[in-house]
Amino acid sequence: MIQKLLSKNCNTHGQDSSYFLGWQEYEKNPYDPIANPAGIIQMGLAENQLCFDLIESWLENNPAPAGFQEDSALTFRDLALFQDYHGLPAFKKALVNYMGRVRGNRVRFDPNNLVLTAGSTCANEILMFCLADPGEAFLLPTPYYPGFDRDLKWRTGAEIVPVHCSSFDDFRITGAALEEAYHRAHKRGLTVKGVLVTNPCNPLGTAMTRIELDALIEFVVAKGIHLVSDEIYAGTNFAEPGFVSVAEVIADGRADSARDRIHIVCSLSKDLGLPGFRVGGIYSENEAVVSAATKMSSFGLVSSQTQYLLAALLSDEEFTEEYVAENRRRLRGRHDALVRGLRAMGIECLESSAGLFCWVDMRHLLSASTFDGEMELWKKIVYQVGLNISPGSSCHCDEPGWFRLCFANMSEETLNLALRRLQAFVDSGRDSPNGGGVGQRPRRQFVAHWVLRSAPSSKSER
Amino acid sequence: MRLIVPLQAVAQGRGGLVLGSLIPCALFYFLQFYLRRHRPSSSSSPPPSSSDSNLSELTSMHRSFSRNLLSTRGSAGPSCISSRGAALARGDDNPYYVGLKRCAEDPYDASSNPDGFVQLGLAENRLSLDLIRDWLVSNWKDSLLSEEQELSVRGLATYQPHDGLMELKMAVSEFMGHIMQGSISFNPSQLVLTAGATPAVEILSFCLADAGNAFLVPSPYYPGWDRDIKWRTGIELIPVPCRSTNNFNISIPALERAFNQSKKRGVKVRAVIVSNPNNPVGNLIDQETLIGLLDFVTEKNIHLISDEIFAGSTYGNDQFVSVAEILDVENFDKSRVHIIYGLSKDLSIPGFRIGVIYSHNENVLAASSKLARFSSISAPTQRLLVSMLSDARFISEYLAINRERLQNMQALFVDGLKELGIKCASSSGGLYCWADMSKLIGSYSEKGELQLWDRLLNVAKVNATPGSTCHCIEPGWFRCCFSTLEKSDIPLVMERIRTVIQSN
Repeated sequence: MIQKLLSKNCNTHGQDSSYFLGWQEYEKNPYDPIANPAGIIQMGLAENQLCFDLIESWLENNPAPAGFQEDSALTFRDLALFQDYHGLPAFKKALVNYMGRVRGNRVRFDPNNLVLTAGSTCANEILMFCLADPGEAFLLPTPYYPGFDRDLKWRTGAEIVPVHCSSFDDFRITGAALEEAYHRAHKRGLTVKGVLVTNPCNPLGTAMTRIELDALIEFVVAKGIHLVSDEIYAGTNFAEPGFVSVAEVIADGRADSARDRIHIVCSLSKDLGLPGFRVGGIYSENEAVVSAATKMSSFGLVSSQTQYLLAALLSDEEFTEEYVAENRRRLRGRHDALVRGLRAMGIECLESSAGLFCWVDMRHLLSASTFDGEMELWKKIVYQVGLNISPGSSCHCDEPGWFRLCFANMSEETLNLALRRLQAFVDSGRDSPNGGGVGQRPRRQFVAHWVLRSAPSSKSER
Repeated sequence: MRLIVPLQAVAQGRGGLVLGSLIPCALFYFLQFYLRRHRPSSSSSPPPSSSDSNLSELTSMHRSFSRNLLSTRGSAGPSCISSRGAALARGDDNPYYVGLKRCAEDPYDASSNPDGFVQLGLAENRLSLDLIRDWLVSNWKDSLLSEEQELSVRGLATYQPHDGLMELKMAVSEFMGHIMQGSISFNPSQLVLTAGATPAVEILSFCLADAGNAFLVPSPYYPGWDRDIKWRTGIELIPVPCRSTNNFNISIPALERAFNQSKKRGVKVRAVIVSNPNNPVGNLIDQETLIGLLDFVTEKNIHLISDEIFAGSTYGNDQFVSVAEILDVENFDKSRVHIIYGLSKDLSIPGFRIGVIYSHNENVLAASSKLARFSSISAPTQRLLVSMLSDARFISEYLAINRERLQNMQALFVDGLKELGIKCASSSGGLYCWADMSKLIGSYSEKGELQLWDRLLNVAKVNATPGSTCHCIEPGWFRCCFSTLEKSDIPLVMERIRTVIQSN
């Protein structure tokens, strides 16, 4: 009886996608090299585990900040009591310097325009609360991170209208696609408040070109709407063409009329590989947004202990320079290994220069060029091959057959094992007629699992 | 998006996916449409409605509420920010926040800034920070070590469960049991951890009510709830005044009247929210009243939220009784009672951001643990707290010493006020006292009260919280926090207050 008396928010858990089902399967049977070598390998988690050793050695050499050793500027007392939503000044300063460094020092950020939040999940939601009233919409180019359906819409009541991007254009955002989405939104009676992009892109791993950025800016200027640039993968850019932040476009003076409608989301979860620390931020030149977001950050403040520790870490310029370079090197190595390995079995990836994953083209492995076909292939890969990868449909991709595979959350050996397993699967597919069309049994299995899909996931999935 | 997949038809390959799914889909959507149009009015006491009609109620109410929210929208074009954002972006002239800000800009310090503002408006416990600091300095390293006694970042850095590590939940539930003096044990699986009690209260509110619904809240109440509960959820707070004649204790008949008035207005009350120990008064809810509250919410078929964040900061003769204890003993429906807790007050570490939602309601727990993703606690901080809370000897010592220091400071402060002719309400908990300055205000009104507040702030440079910001119906009451002071500061503070009173 009492269950009926809960709110709508309580009853819709905002997480109904096959994407999360893969997680569930992985949790039931996780791969471990010793304890469970036949288990499912997690390739659906965009986490950067490649450079923990660098952070560990920094911590060992710099025990003072973690241990609250008092320095002249800050005492333990100040830390324990510190809950000012303006954030620890030393940390914000160090963080904006790091943000600049990761953008090749081509831009400088002002700490007064930065709002700290407990992770970028919190930042994205706060921005939605600040920019959109319930029922208003944001345009999101597809494919996009599945978590946005939950993070941007759940409590805010905002709507998402997809901007259709196609493999024909390498999934680049075009002015035409933006216009089409805008008109579609209007047809639905929705007021469009802005566009939200991830750059570098999740799940594609690509960095936006100057042409794309210009088209985007032109569009938001023409429509007089906001632009949210989620740049949490900024530090994972490892190759040319380099990543161009929307901040650079502003600094170049090419977006003057829209300066106060452009907002950047940042985080330390991807490049520094510290998602557990829960550090994110909103950067904006719009005073009203900064003011409102700062107050809302009360609901997701970063622990003072963490701010203090990371202030010390990020202020060590020698360390951050070394870290950024080494991180890029290792990411590139891992990326290239995955691309090479896949190519050797006839599978191509979208060319990418950033991110913790590849956008893989498995269209030729589908028994039918449909989303059912994609689901069928995905099931086989999860259950038979033992790899949890993310199907493109969960990212709202318009074309079946694309998958996101993560490469930075495992050891080299595990990655090689994953490639071997996939190779075996592809080879067996070549030897026998490919699945013989869609049979009854896979369909029933698919349906049964699909119906049971509303399971909670306890980890983040970016 | 929801699609009905008719298992049977598809599984048996009959009817085809199209017909087999189209017809049930169409029926389903027609049913929803019908329900939406023929929904009964919301003013009656909540019938056992399906979650679907809750669903339909939300969108329209949410939209209309946010439009009413604030006037400054400027041009309602797409380029402006949302009305919710605009409301927050404006500066805050609420005395509660003005006073806090003024003190923060020029804070009193006995040695370095003796003419600065004395902060009596912030319920922060600085009395026992030395104990926490000493423990941390000697033990922090252990908290970063992995099971193999090696410094391992992997365990700290990677994604953690959004609603907190199980080890921390276990440690916190044990600590809570300890605080409630062992009379009750808390189940760690019924805890959701959040980055402070502020998001805990908001998340719980999102789970229990939709925009446009209301909570009844006995007043005076903590000014922060006007922000935490109302801002983003669109929930209304309806104050239910308590009286000095009754030492500001909760009156069930007053709740009853408020409930009926709301019903007449067509506002759906979803819960009663109380704080115990009370903020700002400092009194404890006695057993009889707790039972009365439980009877009330049961009869009205609503929820009870008990914010017990000061449970470990008691010092008087009265014994603190958690609502959890009553639930244990009496036969009430546990799924309608939810407790908010946090380590900011009892353990003096608000900067670390540790808040708790404790509930027996599975659906609330499931939703809260997912919503906690927006307010997760930093992993290294969690590890540190696990170590600290697991040090049973330290915790016992800390609680005992802290309690003694609180008791002493409260006594000194209240006596000091008494000498000035200012009486305080009887209290046994919290970090503050509730002082009656009604005889010292010019006109017996909110205006008179705020004039006194202004003189205290700008002339005496003492920031106390005026009762009107706590929605107290009787003018002249002020909340004065004593836990931010040293003993040696008290004479100075009293002297400053005296100058303002005498010049009155």
